[in-house]
Amino acid sequence: MNRASLFVPLGVFVLILTLGYVGFDLGARSELPSALINKPFPEFNARLLGRPEQSITRDDLLGQPTLVNVWATWCPTCLSEHEQLMQIAATTDVQIVGVNYKDRPDKALQWLAQFGNPYRWVLDDRDGLLGIEMGVYGAPETFLLDARGEVVYKRVGDINPRIWRSELAPRLLQLGVSIAGSDADGARQP
Amino acid sequence: MILARPGRWIVGRLILALLALSSASACFAVSQIDTFEFSDEVQERRYRALIDEFRCPKCLNTNLAGSDAPIAQDLRKVVYRLVVIEAKADQEVRDYLQVRYGDFVLYDPPFNARTWYIWVVPIGLGLLGVFVILGLQRRVTGQSTVLDSSQQARLRSIVQGTAAADADGTAGAKNPETKS
Amino acid sequence: MIPELGNFALVLASVLALGGAGLGLYAPREPVLQSGVLSMVFGQWAFSFVAFTALIYAFVVDDFSVSYVANQSNSLLPWYYKVSAAWGGHEGSFLLWILIMGTWMLAFALRSDQYPERFTTRVLGVLSLLNLGFICFALFTSNPFLRLIPLSPADGADLNPLLQDFGLIVHPPLLYAGYVGLAIPFAMAVAALLEGRVDATWARWCRTWTNMAWALLTCGIALGSWWAYYELGWGGWWFWDPVENASFMPWLAATALVHSLSVTENRGTFKSWTLLLAITAFSFSLLGAFIVRSGVLTSVHSFAVDPERGMYILIFLALVVGGSLSLYAARAGQNTAKVGYEVLSREFFMLVNNVIMVVSLAVVLWGTLAPIGYEAITGGRISIGTPFFNAFFVPLGLMLLGALALVPVLNWKRTRAQVLTSVYQALGVSVLLGGLIWFALDPASLLVAGAVGLSVWVVLTHARQLWFRLGKGSVPAAYIGMTLAHLGFAMGTAGIAITATQSVESDVRMSPQSSIVLAGQQVTFTGVIDVLGPNYGAQQGIFIVTDGDRSYELRPEKRQYFAGGNTMTEAGISAGFLADTYISLGEPLEGGAWAVRAHYKPLVRWVWLGALLMAFGGILAVFDKRYARQRRRQEARQGEVTLS
Repeated sequence: MNRASLFVPLGVFVLILTLGYVGFDLGARSELPSALINKPFPEFNARLLGRPEQSITRDDLLGQPTLVNVWATWCPTCLSEHEQLMQIAATTDVQIVGVNYKDRPDKALQWLAQFGNPYRWVLDDRDGLLGIEMGVYGAPETFLLDARGEVVYKRVGDINPRIWRSELAPRLLQLGVSIAGSDADGARQP
Repeated sequence: MILARPGRWIVGRLILALLALSSASACFAVSQIDTFEFSDEVQERRYRALIDEFRCPKCLNTNLAGSDAPIAQDLRKVVYRLVVIEAKADQEVRDYLQVRYGDFVLYDPPFNARTWYIWVVPIGLGLLGVFVILGLQRRVTGQSTVLDSSQQARLRSIVQGTAAADADGTAGAKNPETKS
Repeated sequence: MIPELGNFALVLASVLALGGAGLGLYAPREPVLQSGVLSMVFGQWAFSFVAFTALIYAFVVDDFSVSYVANQSNSLLPWYYKVSAAWGGHEGSFLLWILIMGTWMLAFALRSDQYPERFTTRVLGVLSLLNLGFICFALFTSNPFLRLIPLSPADGADLNPLLQDFGLIVHPPLLYAGYVGLAIPFAMAVAALLEGRVDATWARWCRTWTNMAWALLTCGIALGSWWAYYELGWGGWWFWDPVENASFMPWLAATALVHSLSVTENRGTFKSWTLLLAITAFSFSLLGAFIVRSGVLTSVHSFAVDPERGMYILIFLALVVGGSLSLYAARAGQNTAKVGYEVLSREFFMLVNNVIMVVSLAVVLWGTLAPIGYEAITGGRISIGTPFFNAFFVPLGLMLLGALALVPVLNWKRTRAQVLTSVYQALGVSVLLGGLIWFALDPASLLVAGAVGLSVWVVLTHARQLWFRLGKGSVPAAYIGMTLAHLGFAMGTAGIAITATQSVESDVRMSPQSSIVLAGQQVTFTGVIDVLGPNYGAQQGIFIVTDGDRSYELRPEKRQYFAGGNTMTEAGISAGFLADTYISLGEPLEGGAWAVRAHYKPLVRWVWLGALLMAFGGILAVFDKRYARQRRRQEARQGEVTLS
């Protein structure tokens, strides 16, 4: 072994240490980045919740920015984000579509009647098959689509005021959605 | 019986925490057994191999075979459907899941423009090991002196003379000691 | 009161560790200070023991005012699980680590009369410094004695049902004994580098300690694998999970170290390799601790995530490993011997072994850490699992087996080509056997047949050479140990090859009185009854398995634990030398039927039996008479004279 090669182990160790240090911040994250970013939203043909004779396809979402929100009655965080969604519906002109994920339609309808319905349409995904097409693995999850139906942003977790301010509102504005109320702060009552 | 908004928020958070704990523990120690039917053993083996290869998107490092989480059950059903009902090939099943859930869901990391070094680096290390061994082998053997034909003839006669004299025959051709 | 006493004992231990480190490293020549270090080592052990006993006491008397006890235990737990729950979580398991460190230090101190005193003092100084780091970590970031006053709960949260098992009682202590034991060769290497003296004698001293630690680590890992197999219900026994890899990496380094020490002892060469491996093996033990306790990687095995702890370990790692590797880089070049050897020699094959072990180690390290790097660079996430590791370990394992088969006939320095005849004969037999196996396998796999054939080759050459040598006279224990260890490796590899590819799995719906055929056996489901355990209620399925004229019963359970409300499945396993039959219950279906999983796993026990055989071989080598104390006292006295 020559002189220089004796320092190789130390060099390798420094690399490992750096990786370990970097890994700290990363380890805290548990959400999966979406595989659909900058790709078209998947084709689908889904029944409407409570109105099984009607169905919606991907084409129906085109032409304007859309928020696709995956929710369920068994998901408590969905309840806590619901108000934020109601306010988004009230203060912006973005189209909100709900996907009722692996849920019971009767419970879901009751839930909407009780807490309000921000959705233009609610899709019935009781088997979770549409969710799999979207790469969903839990609730709540929210996708932002542009007018051409491409996925621009995905949020795994609830839409809370912080996410609204830092992530969602700026993107909506970029897509040309108009937001009422000062500072595009949907958390405050208009 | 309407809870105040902050109260509901707290309760919701608590329930979520408990749910997270319970769903995390659902991720290992399998109690959910699917009873699928297969047309033959080859198909069943393919299915089992595939559900071993895919990672449950929600769990802390478990494959689809070893997880009880609802998404894992759903994805197992998808794999079954693809393999048995739609008769897709193994790579098609992998592509199907990769398009929807990303590279993360594959325990066999793909080899493409983004991930090529994941494979190339350890292969390189392996090759480095082979070269180290070959190099050392050459260094070890290459130091033996090469004799020309007249030297070889002289050596032969010495050896034959010594062999005759040496009773137990341990004297053999001895090259000069190799020093590494 | 008792927990506070335990805490205080820990503080005292840290003071003594500081003293030991200071005295041991500052002036190792002074005889007064040398005996001071010995008593400080004894004190560190004694106070660690007191602290650990205090924690056990808190568990046994159900003292739920202690936060850690409240999180881990429950009044309904059987007493033996209360005791082992002490190391079921991070804080308590780390206290166990500290106790084991103290025990190894004490063992070294008690047997140190055979080494020069200056050397011993330095080694104990290094070990004390490490121990100081460990104890401070416990005191400042992971104190198991913290109280929950005044909000002490009435009862505890219960031990995770997966941990309520014999495996928890034995796996962590054995594993830690191995991890921590590698600190001894580490400290001996550092002491040798500080002294500027690394030679064959030093290697001989190092070997007994390394072999013992290696054997314990082998047992610990094998036990963990066996435990996962029967506990988790999916029939697997190794998942390349980051925590498993964290235990495998020091093992690979330690295996290379065991072999490298042999070369340094017998031939005085490979010194740089040996020193580096001694430092590396323990460094990976520490790295493993970091991975498991810091939350950097996601794993089902990880302890609770806490960045503060992770930061401490990172800094500790940087100082200890960085410091020792710097010392290595500065000093290791000074003492090299140039000794010749040929390709067909033990030295060369040990070198091949070292290279294969280091490459394997690098592959595991890469596979474990690359996902972090990938995420850091690209922001995306990937997974590296079994298919990746198999792609490398299959060729590496086959290469290792092939090289191993030649080993028994090799001599130091050079080997006459004639002795290879017996090796070729054995190869012929193995190829025939391999061909037969390939023919009989379903599905036929050349790789599996090749692996089994190579394992048979290893067994044949080793057995033949042992027989040959026994015929010529008595054989040293170390030689028998080596043979057994290599046989164990061959056995394990054959087991892995067969069980990974020939296992049969059947997931079916079974109603009472129905039966299925599983690999030639008939499995009849007779029904489910309700049973009661000490702290759980269970539904127990009764299965009758008939294999030819032999018939036995298997009773898998679905348990509901009272305390935490957790459910758990317990498989019913018939363990056989040649195969396991493994049945677990799923969910109840309509009509009184149940979802049932039945596995048939041929040669799965060979994996762990092979590992145990390896460990046994290693321990046997420790007790070789050639390493006895008498010889070493003489050498030590001679060493004293020649030291400047």
